[in-house]
Amino acid sequence: MTAVTHSLYMAVRHMRNLARQPLYIMFTLVQPVIWLVLFGQLFKNIVRLPGFGAPSYVDFLTPGVVVMTVLFGAGWSGMGIIHDLDLGVMDRFLVSPVSRVALIAGRLVQLGVVAVIQSVLIVVLGLIMGARFPGGILGVVVLIVCAVLLSLPVGALSCAIALLARKEETVIGASNFILLPLTFLSSVFMAESLMPAWMQTVVRFNPVQWAADAGRMALSAHPDWGSVLARAVLLAALSVVSAWLATRAFRAYQRSV
Amino acid sequence: MAHAEALNSFESGVARPRQSAPPAIEVRDLVKTYRGGVRALDGLSFSVHAGTIFGLVGPNGAGKSTTVKILTTLSRADSGIAKVASLDVMQEPARVRLAIGCVGQKSGIDSASTGRENLTLQGRVYGLRGKELREGVAGLLERFGLAQAGDRVTRTYSGGMQRKLDVAMGLIHRPQVLFLDEPTTGLDPEARADMWREITRLANEEGITILLTTHYLEEADRLAQRLAVVDRGRVVAEGTPEDLKRGLRGDTIHMELAQSEDAERSRGVLSGLAELREIAGEGRQLHARADRGAETVPQALAALESAGIKVASITVSRPSLDDVYLRHAGRAFREADEAGAERKTT
Ligand SMILES: Nc1ncnc2c1ncn2[C@@H]1O[C@H](COP(=O)(O)OP(=O)(O)OP(=O)(O)O)[C@@H](O)[C@H]1O
Ligand SMILES: [Mg+2]
Repeated sequence: MTAVTHSLYMAVRHMRNLARQPLYIMFTLVQPVIWLVLFGQLFKNIVRLPGFGAPSYVDFLTPGVVVMTVLFGAGWSGMGIIHDLDLGVMDRFLVSPVSRVALIAGRLVQLGVVAVIQSVLIVVLGLIMGARFPGGILGVVVLIVCAVLLSLPVGALSCAIALLARKEETVIGASNFILLPLTFLSSVFMAESLMPAWMQTVVRFNPVQWAADAGRMALSAHPDWGSVLARAVLLAALSVVSAWLATRAFRAYQRSV
Repeated sequence: MAHAEALNSFESGVARPRQSAPPAIEVRDLVKTYRGGVRALDGLSFSVHAGTIFGLVGPNGAGKSTTVKILTTLSRADSGIAKVASLDVMQEPARVRLAIGCVGQKSGIDSASTGRENLTLQGRVYGLRGKELREGVAGLLERFGLAQAGDRVTRTYSGGMQRKLDVAMGLIHRPQVLFLDEPTTGLDPEARADMWREITRLANEEGITILLTTHYLEEADRLAQRLAVVDRGRVVAEGTPEDLKRGLRGDTIHMELAQSEDAERSRGVLSGLAELREIAGEGRQLHARADRGAETVPQALAALESAGIKVASITVSRPSLDDVYLRHAGRAFREADEAGAERKTT
């Protein structure tokens, strides 16, 4: 119970601090617009490839950009931990009765809220650019839920890395090193059916793919809800494991101070 | 366990003289080695009576912050015993956290939030709610002269204001024991005087036990009823400031020579005087100790004059904590401080 209330207090702090950075908010909102427009133009003709399986590339790309945007936002969440460590805020909380879980979960709540706002914006923009989603509102909601479910484990692991490494460079490096390949090893930009055989195998174990796949299925005319649910459950399980790891990382941090 | 608790409640329930109450802080043989082999604490021991201010004094790298981190449950000792409010910090960290307030050496303020927001969140974490919380926050802002600035983002605060807010945050839940790790480092003289007044008030009027660390021997002398001089992870001297100074027999005589070339020779001359001990110094500065400083000055001057050495100035002082440190650590405080700072940065 305290873990929940403490998480909310922390989330409020993070949201409030975020709201005080209008420039940063602008970047986080403009960035996905750029992806959508840029990749939309760049890969426009890709749908003509036989076997791509989508009528227009914006239809295909919009859920991909939702997943990618949320993914990279989550990868950065460890930066906030570094900031708190540098300020001494983290040490202050660690000698108070605050729940350790809340110190991670508060960030994840904030991440989720930002993810929802970004996703809605991207979907609206996609619609303006001519995308059509037969899955309707329900499909969009499921897509967003999947994107948020992806952001949780990524955000938690980013926090864990931050607690262990305590350096901004490491968090940035690790997040680029891991998240870029995961993005390209998924169907964010490219239909799975057109990937080389070995990649199609690898892709099955990629959480980014679980989210992109589930989201796209939900947006289709006749979703296979069983597969969607299976992927969502995998993401949720991964979230729990990652959050547990992140709270364990506090012990490692405290052993080093 | 249950037995020990019963004993505690028994003791606090009966009015007893302070001496027999359990110490608010008890540290025995603490050892802490950091990865990389730095032995930060090497058998540290001391104890603090409830309701008093205790000073932990030492140069850079002495182990002051390490001690505070262990006592406040942030870090763990390799071995030894550490108790705060009769609770073992390693066995019962959660209960210890409720009993203590902590102001770390590094400020713990969220610079993107206002003073009021910082305090409010801190209070919530300790379970304060509603009116009690609002009034507690307003009261602390008022008391620390931050009422005007309370709704400003703390990034805009001066160093002194930030430090005050730090202390206010350590007090929001009315802790029994307050840890202050170098509360006045980096403050201007005025802000330091403010802080001293507030610290004294907390101990005198609210009965809070305070453990204070400082680089400034003078600060410990002013504030602390008892203090421990720490050097290289050990307590090298402990007692009231007066005890420690009394332990040094006599006065210190400081001399400034007119020419530094005379330094070597004047040491030779002075060591011929039976009244002078512990002759030391560098450059034109010389120090020595004497049982009756004022009476020894004319003799010293005469001896130097007859050797043809000119003295620019000479003063006699009662022993200070600087002298205490020199005596127990075998090196001057400033030297040790610089050596410690160097070790830290490399
Ligand atoms: N996290 C750490 N990892 C490794 N070594 C450490 C760590 N923290 C402190 N040390 C080392 O332990 C020793 C004691 O450090 P500590 O911070 O306790 O000293 P201090 O008395 O507080 O000094 P200062 O007055 O400079 O704050 C120093 O040699 C320091 O370099
Ligand atoms: Mg220190």
